[in-house]
Amino acid sequence: MALDFSQIIPALPGLADGMALTLKLLVMAVGGGVVLGTLLALARLSDNLLLSRLAKWYVNYFRSIPLLLVISWFYLVVPMVLSWITGDLTPVGAFTSCLVAFVMFEAAYFSEIVRAGIQSISRGQINAAYALGMTYSQAMRLVILPQAFRKMMPLLLQQSIILFQDTSLVYAVGLMDFLNTARSKGDIVGLPHEFLLFAGAVYFVISFGASQCVKRLQKRLAV
Amino acid sequence: MNYHWDWGIFFKSTGVGSEIYLNWFVSGLGWTIAVALAGWIIALALGSVLGVMRTLPGKLLPAIATAYVELFRNVPLLVQLFIWYFLVPDLLPTPLEMWFKQGISPASSAYLSVVVCLGLFTAARVCEQVRTGIQALSRGQNNAALAMGFTTAQAYRFVLLPQAFRVIIPPLTSEFLNIFKNSSVASLIGLMELLAQTKQTAEFSANIFEAFTLATLIYFVLNMSLMGFMAWVEKRVRIPGMMGGSK
Repeated sequence: MALDFSQIIPALPGLADGMALTLKLLVMAVGGGVVLGTLLALARLSDNLLLSRLAKWYVNYFRSIPLLLVISWFYLVVPMVLSWITGDLTPVGAFTSCLVAFVMFEAAYFSEIVRAGIQSISRGQINAAYALGMTYSQAMRLVILPQAFRKMMPLLLQQSIILFQDTSLVYAVGLMDFLNTARSKGDIVGLPHEFLLFAGAVYFVISFGASQCVKRLQKRLAV
Repeated sequence: MNYHWDWGIFFKSTGVGSEIYLNWFVSGLGWTIAVALAGWIIALALGSVLGVMRTLPGKLLPAIATAYVELFRNVPLLVQLFIWYFLVPDLLPTPLEMWFKQGISPASSAYLSVVVCLGLFTAARVCEQVRTGIQALSRGQNNAALAMGFTTAQAYRFVLLPQAFRVIIPPLTSEFLNIFKNSSVASLIGLMELLAQTKQTAEFSANIFEAFTLATLIYFVLNMSLMGFMAWVEKRVRIPGMMGGSK
């Protein structure tokens, strides 16, 4: 089988649009996931037993089901439920569904990283913050979390690289991300293999490059 | 909107033969387990070999294993699956290609692709765990084995691996659970595993909420039981006297 990669060049603008959607989804999902994950971690570590239990259940629940199932929930089921409640029949759209699914799912993974990060900060830090008259939220916001995030940055980035690869699962709901664009362009010009290999190579270069940077960062941050 | 709640839907006829919807879920679960277990056998075998290779002296063998890990870890699972399902069959010698495309049922060819894909994908992760396990052992273990006159192969077989495998059971458990969850990508190449059967039930019965609730429950229970099973295995093979070992 002879491979012909020449048709990829004219398709590049379209592929770039696909990559733009992949990256947009990634950035928004990481942002939302880290925020929700941090809230979950704080809930998990709080003295309130109910909050702590709920956060633990949330994490265990999302970690035991496949991401594709979560995407299906938010694409097929949740919009339907929402439309009964609100009576509003406008469709939610595949992008929003996927974004919500990724945020909810990844928050479970991010929260475990954040929890470990917070727990790695010495107890003296929070005691000192209290002794200075700070409230709990001030102590967390100004003292604990900034230190914790520095420590866990490599792990958060590593998880984001995994998420970058997982965004390709939006194929299941027909969203035109990078992989799906490459597949459909390849089918149109009758060169599916070349476009698939090209997509794989692009994913590889980005993920590999990013994880090498993370490794370097990890070495620099190491005490 | 009128949604007809019906939790009894799983016992109703699908209209296809004499099957009820529950049959579909059972058969889907069967495929999910068949994919995951077969993939796991490949992953464990290949991952162990690669993990050992990464710890061997010399340059070539560790480099090959490292290249493998980087390649399989940095390409999305779905891209790998498409490569195994759509591309690789075209590269095979013609008789094999014809066998894959026409000689076996579509379910069998999808099954083969997804098992190979998940097996090789997970092997990269298993390799890293095995390597970590071996490197976590005290250097004296290997030196003592060599001093006793063991060859390198014997040192791995009798001294290093039996210890390393016990140490890495917790991270291996999470890979084992991942392969069950990852097997859901098979639904995207038309294998009727649990997720695909769920979608089909949702379409046929219009009881979408019930169908997805049952699927979620099945995945959840499956995950919990596997976790329990692995905890039991871990307890059985624990090394007495090690941290976390029995008293």
